Amino acid sequence: MTELLKIDNLVTEFSIQKKRVSAVRGVSLQVRKGKTLVILGESGSGKSVMLRSILNLKPAGARISGSIKLGEEELLTKSPKEMEGIRGNRIAMIFQDALSALDPLYRVGEQIVETIAAHRKIGKAEAKSQVAELLGKVGIPSPEERMRAFPHEMSGGMRQRAVIAMALACKPDLLLADEPTTALDVTIQAQILRLFKEIQAEYGMSIVLVTHDIGVAAEMADDIAVMYAGKIVEYGRARQILSAPAHPYTVGLIEATPKRGQKGKLSAIPGQPPLITAMPEGCSFADRCPMARSSCREVTPAFTHYGEAHIAACYLLEEEQPVAQ
Amino acid sequence: METILEVKNLGKTFPIRNFIGRTKGGVSAVDRVSFSLGAQGTLGIVGESGCGKSTLARLLMRLIEPDTGEVNYRDRNILSLSGGPLKEVRRQIQMVFQNPYSSLDPQMTVLDNVAFSLWANGSGKAEARQAAYEYLDAVGLSRTHADRMPGSLSGGQRQRVAIARALILKPEIVIADEAVSALDKSVQAQVLNLFQDLKKEFALSLIFISHDLHVVEYMSDEVMVMYLGRVVEKGPTERIFGNPAHPYTRALLASAPSLDVEHAGSGAPALAGELPSPLNPPSGCRFRTRCPLATERCARETPALTEVGPGHQAACLLIEESKSA
Repeated sequence: MTELLKIDNLVTEFSIQKKRVSAVRGVSLQVRKGKTLVILGESGSGKSVMLRSILNLKPAGARISGSIKLGEEELLTKSPKEMEGIRGNRIAMIFQDALSALDPLYRVGEQIVETIAAHRKIGKAEAKSQVAELLGKVGIPSPEERMRAFPHEMSGGMRQRAVIAMALACKPDLLLADEPTTALDVTIQAQILRLFKEIQAEYGMSIVLVTHDIGVAAEMADDIAVMYAGKIVEYGRARQILSAPAHPYTVGLIEATPKRGQKGKLSAIPGQPPLITAMPEGCSFADRCPMARSSCREVTPAFTHYGEAHIAACYLLEEEQPVAQ
Repeated sequence: METILEVKNLGKTFPIRNFIGRTKGGVSAVDRVSFSLGAQGTLGIVGESGCGKSTLARLLMRLIEPDTGEVNYRDRNILSLSGGPLKEVRRQIQMVFQNPYSSLDPQMTVLDNVAFSLWANGSGKAEARQAAYEYLDAVGLSRTHADRMPGSLSGGQRQRVAIARALILKPEIVIADEAVSALDKSVQAQVLNLFQDLKKEFALSLIFISHDLHVVEYMSDEVMVMYLGRVVEKGPTERIFGNPAHPYTRALLASAPSLDVEHAGSGAPALAGELPSPLNPPSGCRFRTRCPLATERCARETPALTEVGPGHQAACLLIEESKSA
């Protein structure tokens, strides 16, 4: 089996002012072993909610349905106690804002020791030496000394490194990262992205990385899933999606990003994404799509296959390429 | 090209006070910055957090008082003006800020938010509102948006309101400080196009500040690169991006994630280490602690901007040396 994580028809619903709304509306994905899947989407596309749903992190009143399988195990039917054993242990998560992911009142080293101790019986001295090793591994200079630092004594890049060290503490099979470099400067971002690749090569873990930045996606992804209004609109190998995007939204997103040496008008996508409380019928991108026709607004398009592992949900593509599989 | 704004040797050091209010040091936020802005041209200012680009924008507007230097707007030094003449000049230079969620008054309608700058400058209510309609139209917002509250608008729409509010005073110069950074890519392209259109329509000169290299390249005729409060390189956009001279500019360009799938993930990060503290900037060349080419001399001497091509200058001792050799 090459898949580590298999998500099937995932739906995450909230109640907003006594109305039920879905932030994730039927997402199916696979994460391959030792590979990186990038979830690309804009704000409000449901990408972060989807990522949190994998760990069953949800606000009160939210409901998650569908299926999430880690190997052979179904995560959605696990008890809260069982999920605790998985979170931070087999699946670890990194958030955008490293400052709020760390407790300001505890030294960074203590917080990482705590993570290890939560999942394994381990002596204090051994835990400490492991933490020092981890901090060294994520590129924090003089780790023994920095273990005693408080979060506010570290720069943004260093904090994110410390958070990565914490995530690595139990050698997880799967690392979930929600916009881990968005708050960082480009030169620091380049360092952190590099670090992700190095630890992936060493630990052989799978990574799911959520980002809005196509550049980051191009840099990191083996597979890309493009998300729009709570759904995956295109999914496949990174190389194919970036060089030959099929869905009009993916095409628009790539064209809206200024390229080296580009002058003249940018081809912007008109309008803005639909609100979660007022999802249109049919294809949710139809109102902004330059190629939309009346049928797009009636029934939601199904996925069309392109060769081996590239799918897109668009009517026009169905017509162009009737049945490839 | 006629010069509309000329800045000479501008500097600002923020004092650091100890707990009884005595000055114990300073942060050199902007140090000896000089540039000129051509009429109806666009100057892009790029750099990482802490490089002084936002402080510089505020110094130009005199929102912060500079310690040294001159800001000449059409041959009048803004820094020596006060009262009526200063107010008059301030009308001519308007600013658009990064966060349209905090720059608009949430208690006023969209229309009044735009009309407010005219009222503040002594126009009648009805007359100001009439003008506000026109400018909302110019930024692509319809009359139905005008009576709404900013809270009900999306980020892109709010930024349009902020732009209309800046333009209603008929300024000659608009300073956009990270004006598109908070927007999603698909909406960002709309606002970039809008800036380009408005620039032509209203004959504006633009100072475009951003950390996003692609956006700066797309928008600007000339680019100025800043590092820790100093200008390290400036020149025509094609030269800065096609033929960067300063090691920092080169590293910055190499760090920006590229959409190019073929070259993704090649090589080590261009820049090791972190931004030094501006409280205690390195002696000599401020970039030397992260520069792969730094020599002993870089710690002793402060490099001056030297000509490296037509209208293209860089501040690096190595360039000086290779020129004099």
